[in-house]
Amino acid sequence: MQPTEFTLTDLVEIMRSCAGVDEGVDLAGDIGDTPFVELGYDSLAVLAFQARIQERTGVPMPDDTVTHMPTPNAAVEFVNRQIQAGVR
Amino acid sequence: MTSVATAVPATARRTGDARNAAVVTGMSAVTAIGVGLEEYWRNLLAGACGIRPITRFDTTGYPLRVAGEIPDFDSARVPSRLVVQTDRWTHFGLLAGELALAHAGVDPAELPEYELSVHTASGSGGNEFGQRELQALWAEGPSRVGVYQSIAWFYAATTGQLSIRHGMKGWSGVLVAEQAGGLDVVAQARRSLAQGSAVVLTGATEAALNPAAFTSQIAGGMLSPVGEYLPFDEAAGGYLPGEGGAMFVVEPAERAVARAARPYGVVAGHAATFDPAPGRGRPPGLRRAVETALADAGVAPSDVDVVFADAHGHPSADAAEARVLTEVFGPRGVPVTTTKAATGRLVAGSAALDVVTALLAMRDGVIPPMVNVRRPAFEIDLVLGRPRPAALRTALVLARGYPGFNAALVLRAAAQN
Repeated sequence: MQPTEFTLTDLVEIMRSCAGVDEGVDLAGDIGDTPFVELGYDSLAVLAFQARIQERTGVPMPDDTVTHMPTPNAAVEFVNRQIQAGVR
Repeated sequence: MTSVATAVPATARRTGDARNAAVVTGMSAVTAIGVGLEEYWRNLLAGACGIRPITRFDTTGYPLRVAGEIPDFDSARVPSRLVVQTDRWTHFGLLAGELALAHAGVDPAELPEYELSVHTASGSGGNEFGQRELQALWAEGPSRVGVYQSIAWFYAATTGQLSIRHGMKGWSGVLVAEQAGGLDVVAQARRSLAQGSAVVLTGATEAALNPAAFTSQIAGGMLSPVGEYLPFDEAAGGYLPGEGGAMFVVEPAERAVARAARPYGVVAGHAATFDPAPGRGRPPGLRRAVETALADAGVAPSDVDVVFADAHGHPSADAAEARVLTEVFGPRGVPVTTTKAATGRLVAGSAALDVVTALLAMRDGVIPPMVNVRRPAFEIDLVLGRPRPAALRTALVLARGYPGFNAALVLRAAAQN
C-alpha cells in the first residue's frame, strides 16, 4: 500500500535511522528549511535518504534528484509533487 | 632536565636527535578484557582472560565457537552519525582515538590542522559491514545496498574518519601488513614526525569476529581446533582470534617537554622484513628484523629488559620464534610475555596493543603474565602465573603476519624530567 502523502516526520525518521544525527543537531526542532549540509548530512547521506524514500513511496529517485532537494522541506515538496503527478 | 628548543624548523627535524625523538604521550586500549586504558591494564595484570563464546553471530556449524569478543561494546560512545556509516572496527578506532588524544591532553582544534597526522594499520578492514551489504545485494538486489558500503569496508576508513572527526589533515595513511602492520605503522608515525607533523595519532583496531572474516581465518588452518590459545606451551595447537586494539599519540620529545606532557616512552628502533618463499632454503626473516631493529635503536640484546612476543600459538610458529629469541638473547636470556592469550590474536590490533602494554609495563615496573600457559615447551623465560616486578628501560615488541611479514619495534623509557 503506497502512501498518498510524504511528510517531514517521515523524512526525519528516515534521516535518523539511515544516517544518524550529528552532535549539536536537534531533528525535532525547526529544521525544514535548513540545508542538509548544515544539518551534517553530506551528499552520500542524501543519496541514502533518496533510496529509502523511493522504497517507501514508490517515487523514482534517480541520482540527479539531489539537485531538487537541498533542504528537508524541498525534499518533501518534491516527493509530494511526484505523487500528485502520478509519477510512481 | 634538558633545555627546551621551541623554534626548530620542521625541515630540520631528524629522528636521531634526542630532542626530536618520537615519544608516546597518550594511549588507549579497547579489548575483550577491558575498554579503556586502566581497566584493560588492571585486568591484564590480574590474569583476566577474554576468551568467551562468540555472540556476534550464530556459530552453529562452525568448527570453533570461542574468541576474544568484546562484550557489550557501547557504540553510543561513538557519534551516531558515524556509527551508521562505519564498520565495528572503525567504531573501536574512533573510541580508541578519542581516548588516546584525551589521555595525551591534545586538543586538535587548538593546533595547525596540516601538522596533525593519522596513521593506522588494518589487516581485516570492514568485513562485517561489507558482508551485510553483500548479503543485501544478493538477497534483495542492488537498490538495497547502502551508500556507505562505498567507504566503510575500505582499509583506510578508520584513518579517514579519525582525520575528519578531529580535523587532522596532515600526511595520513593506512598500512596493511596483517599483524606486522601494527608495528610498521609506528615507524610510519616516526617518519611523519620527521617530515614535520607535530602530533600523530597511530595504532590499530580490528573487528574480525563475523562470518566472513572468521571463515577466512578458519581457512588459514592455524586456529586452535579445541578452543585453547596456549602459545609456547607443550599443548599449543593454534591461535584464537579476538577483536579490538589500541591507539596512541606520538609527538617529538621537544614538543612533549615544552607542553609538560608525560612521555611514556621513546620509539627507538624498528625493522620490517619478509620471509623468503617456502623451499628457498633461507631462514625466515624474524631474526633479521630483531637485529636490525636493535641496531636502529642503538641497543645491544643485553639491554633488552622484556620481549612482547608474537606468540602465534601454532607449534611450528612458536618453535621458530623461540629459536630466534634463544639465538639473539641466549637460553632464558630475557623475560618473554604476550597479551594475546588473554585478548585473542587481534591482527594488527595486537601489535598496537603490545606497544601500549610495553609502555604501561615500563611505567609501573611490572611485566604482565601470559594467561593459561602452564607447560613451557622452549628454553625461553616466560612470565607465567603472576605479574613480575622489574625495572624496565628497554622493551622489544614482535609481530608476524600471514604470509611472511615480520616486524620488530624497540621502545625505550623516556628520560624523566
